[in-house]
Amino acid sequence: MTTTTTTAKDVKKHSRVYFTVFGVLALLTVLTVAVASLELAVGIGIGVALTIAVLKVSLVASFFMHLISEKKLIFIILIFAVLFIMALIFLPLSDALTNVGTKNVP
Amino acid sequence: MEIPFTVEARPDTGLENPKLGMWLFLASEVMLFGALFSSYILLRTGASSWPIQSQEVNVVVGTVNTMILITSSVTMVMAWASLKMDNFKNFRIYLMSTIFLALVFLIVKIFWEYIPKFHHGHYPSTNTFYALYYTMTGLHGLHILGGILINAYFLIPGSKMWKKDRKRFTNRIELAGLYWHFVDLVWIFLFPTLYLL
Repeated sequence: MTTTTTTAKDVKKHSRVYFTVFGVLALLTVLTVAVASLELAVGIGIGVALTIAVLKVSLVASFFMHLISEKKLIFIILIFAVLFIMALIFLPLSDALTNVGTKNVP
Repeated sequence: MEIPFTVEARPDTGLENPKLGMWLFLASEVMLFGALFSSYILLRTGASSWPIQSQEVNVVVGTVNTMILITSSVTMVMAWASLKMDNFKNFRIYLMSTIFLALVFLIVKIFWEYIPKFHHGHYPSTNTFYALYYTMTGLHGLHILGGILINAYFLIPGSKMWKKDRKRFTNRIELAGLYWHFVDLVWIFLFPTLYLL
């Protein structure tokens, strides 16, 4: 689906896919709000909300951003970005969770 | 001097230079917003108490804005698809729709969220939640504003390129689209994080 390889005929076919993806995204948005109103346990609620968000992001990135047919180099760039994000979130979080319940000593 | 590899792929990377540049920029944006999400998780985990977010913010308004952004992503990709199908008229309609939806998003954000919160005395200094809420949604709002400016440029003065170099102009719209979809992606994570959890 990249500009160098896509023909007008391909794009016409893909246009229908874009609208289908939109429908799925709208449904998933309604589902996120509906699940949040169920007042599930905190852990389950976070898990479900993040799973739906990841699904929505995958759809947008794959179809609207054409990642599904992109070159290897772009995936390498994104893998690095995701790894750094994981480090940024989980390294400090593991330290914070270790110290839960302990008092700060002045 | 002509800039090389603007429309044809470089043999070594297999990509056009502008597209590689845009993805590198988006990777840096991932880090920018990632740092804020990391701060949110750390501050919330470490807080002794946290407000029930769905009672602090307007979930209906947040849901409406999510739908608006998702719709604008479709109109953006259809603007690019119209150019690929040599339909400049439809391109203009879709790009104008994208700009319109982006403006509606900002208007809803300001008039149905920020201003009512200010009237209730909820400022960034109120508590950690509001500090994060205003910082994260504010930065995202600035990105929306950036997208509006970029798309408005391509709608009016920038579209002159269509007559001279169609392929290059189509590539530019694809890159503007990548940026716009990224702004949508950020909101997809912001919405449950700040409104629902």
